[in-house]
Amino acid sequence: MPSDRHGARPGIALRTAALGGMLFLHVPIAIIVLYAFSSESKSFVFPIPGFTLKWFGVAFQRPDIREALLLSLQVAAVSTIVAMILGTLAAAAVWRSRFFGREAVSLLLILPIALPGIITGIALRAALNLAEIPFSFWTIVIGHATFCIVVVYNNVLARFRRTNRALIEASMDLGADGFQTLRHVILPNIATALLAGGMLAFALSFDEVIVTTFTAGQQSTLPIWMLSELVRPRERPVTNVVAVFVIAVTFVPIVLAFRLTRDTQDVAGSTK
Amino acid sequence: MRSTTAGAATPAVAFHSVSRSFGDVLAVREVSFEIADGEFFAMLGPSGSGKTTCLRLIAGFEQPSGGRIEIHGDDVSGTPPYARDVTTVFQDYALFPHMSVGENVEYALMIRKVAKAERRRRAGEMLELVRLAGLYDRKPAQLSGGQRQRVALARALINRPRVLLLDEPLGALDLKLREQMQLELKSLQRSVGITFVYVTHDQGEALAMSDRLAVFNHGRIEQIGSPADVYDHPASAFVAGFVGQTNLVEGYLAQRLGGFPGNYAIRPERIRIVAPDAPVEPGWACIDGTVVSTTYLGASVRVQVAVEGGELAVIEQNLDGGPTRAGRGPGAVVQLQVERRHVQALAASAG
Repeated sequence: MPSDRHGARPGIALRTAALGGMLFLHVPIAIIVLYAFSSESKSFVFPIPGFTLKWFGVAFQRPDIREALLLSLQVAAVSTIVAMILGTLAAAAVWRSRFFGREAVSLLLILPIALPGIITGIALRAALNLAEIPFSFWTIVIGHATFCIVVVYNNVLARFRRTNRALIEASMDLGADGFQTLRHVILPNIATALLAGGMLAFALSFDEVIVTTFTAGQQSTLPIWMLSELVRPRERPVTNVVAVFVIAVTFVPIVLAFRLTRDTQDVAGSTK
Repeated sequence: MRSTTAGAATPAVAFHSVSRSFGDVLAVREVSFEIADGEFFAMLGPSGSGKTTCLRLIAGFEQPSGGRIEIHGDDVSGTPPYARDVTTVFQDYALFPHMSVGENVEYALMIRKVAKAERRRRAGEMLELVRLAGLYDRKPAQLSGGQRQRVALARALINRPRVLLLDEPLGALDLKLREQMQLELKSLQRSVGITFVYVTHDQGEALAMSDRLAVFNHGRIEQIGSPADVYDHPASAFVAGFVGQTNLVEGYLAQRLGGFPGNYAIRPERIRIVAPDAPVEPGWACIDGTVVSTTYLGASVRVQVAVEGGELAVIEQNLDGGPTRAGRGPGAVVQLQVERRHVQALAASAG
C-alpha cells in the first residue's frame, strides 16, 4: 500500500471511511455479478436461492443479444480506428506547428467530452435530420467518434509534448524522409500512448448510451438493449450476464491502457 | 597546419550573403564565409548571435531568407536535410529513446537498407572508435551524459558525412569531462579527416579546438581567423571582450599607451608591473598607477591598478606562491609597462 511506504499508518477513522467508500463503489457491481448466477428468474432475492450457469447459455442463445453485441463491437472498433487516425493527426498538427486558431482547435476537440452527452446527442440528431442522413450504423459511429477522438487526442498530445522535437530533425538529418521518420521514430515513440488512447476510446464507445440513443434509429447496441430490458424484463439474470460481459470488455482495455502509459512514463521521463 | 584560406580547392561550406529572419527578427544578416575541406571551424558567440541558426542553415533545418549556401560547391537551396551530406550532433544528443545504442548508431544505415550483418559490423566499429564497445544493447536512458555524447557522435559519423555539425555538444557535461572530450573530439577530427563545424558560446573551447573560428554578434560575423589571430588581433571591442579578458582604453589613456587617439584593447597578461622608477625599453609604453585590489586566481593573480584616465587590469603569473606578491598590496605605487605592439587598435565603429 502506498500509504505504508510513507511510514505513518492511517488512523482508524480514515481507514473505515476508505473501506466504506470502496464498498459503496463496488458492492453493487458485485451484486450484479452475483445475480448472473442466480437460479431465481423473476425477482432479485438475497441471498440467491441457488447457483446456476444456465443464464450464460440462455444469453448466448438469444439472437437479440447476439445482434446487439455484434453491433456494439463493430461500432466500438470502427469508432476507435477513426479516432486513432483523426486524433493522432490533430495532436500532431497542434504539437508541430503554430497556426492561426490553434488554441481554438484544441478547445473544440476537447469540447465534446466536456459537453453533456445529451447535448451532443441532440445536436447530432438535429444535424443529421437537417442533412437528411438516415440513421444507420455510420451515424452511431459518427456520434461515438466525437468523444473517442478526444481521448486519443489527449493521450497522444501528452506524449508528443514529452517528446524531443530534435528527434525528428535527427532522423531527417540521418537520411530518413518524412515517411521513414514517421515509421521509425514518431510512431514507435507514441505507440503506447496511441494504443492506450485507443483502448479507452473502445471502452467508452462500448458502453455509451446517451449519444447512441439519439443517433441509432432502430438498431440497439448492447447498452441500449440493457436499458430496454430494464423497462420490460423477460429473464432478469440474462441482463446480469450481459452486464458481466460489458464489465469484462470495458475493464480489460482500461487496465491495459493504464499499465501501458504507466510503464512508459519512466522511459519518457528519463530521456528528456 | 591546414591552410587558413579556401585557396583553389572547393570549400566544404560557403555562405554568400546569407540572411535568415524569423518574423521581424533578423537572426542572420548577410553573412559570408567559407569553411575549407577538413577544417575544424568554430562558430563562437553569445546566445542569440545567430551561430546556431547558421548551423541549422547548413543542416537544412532552416532555409535562408536571402543569399546562397553551397556545400562542396553545390547550391543546397531547397535541398531537404535528408538529401544533404552533412550530419548534426545535437546539443541534447536527440538519441532515439526507443532504440538501443546500437540501433541508434545504425540508424542511417538502416534507412539506406544496408544488410543487417554489415550494419552491425560497422556500428561495432563506430562504437569502438568512440570507446563504447560492448554497449550495443544498452538503452540511451541507461548511459551517462558523456556516453550519450559519444553515441551521438558515432551515430552522426557512421555514414561518413563530408561535414559534421556540432551544436554545443559539450554544453551538458561537467568541466572535467568537457576538457577530456575537447581533446578526444579534436583527435577524432584529425583521424577521420571530416570537416567539423562547431558551435559554442565558450571561448576557451573555441580557442582550444578550432583551426579557425568566427565570432558572431547580432547576426553578423565580427571576425574570422585562427585562434591566435582573433585573440591577439581582435577586430572590434566586442571580439576583444568576448574572446578572453581585455582592457578597453580610449581618450587620454589611449593617447598615452597607443601613441594616437582612438580605441585600443590590451590583454591584461601583456601588461607588466614594475617598480615606479624602473627604466622603459624602446618600443614600450608606461604609466604610473596605484594598486586598487588583487584577486587570487590560483595559477595567476589579477591586479586592478588605478591610472590617470582610468583603471587597468593586469594578470601576473603566480610565480612566487601566496596570495599577493610583495609590493602589490592595495595602495602600492607601481609602474605599468606594455609593449606597444600589444596595444591593439580597434575599428572605429566597433562596439
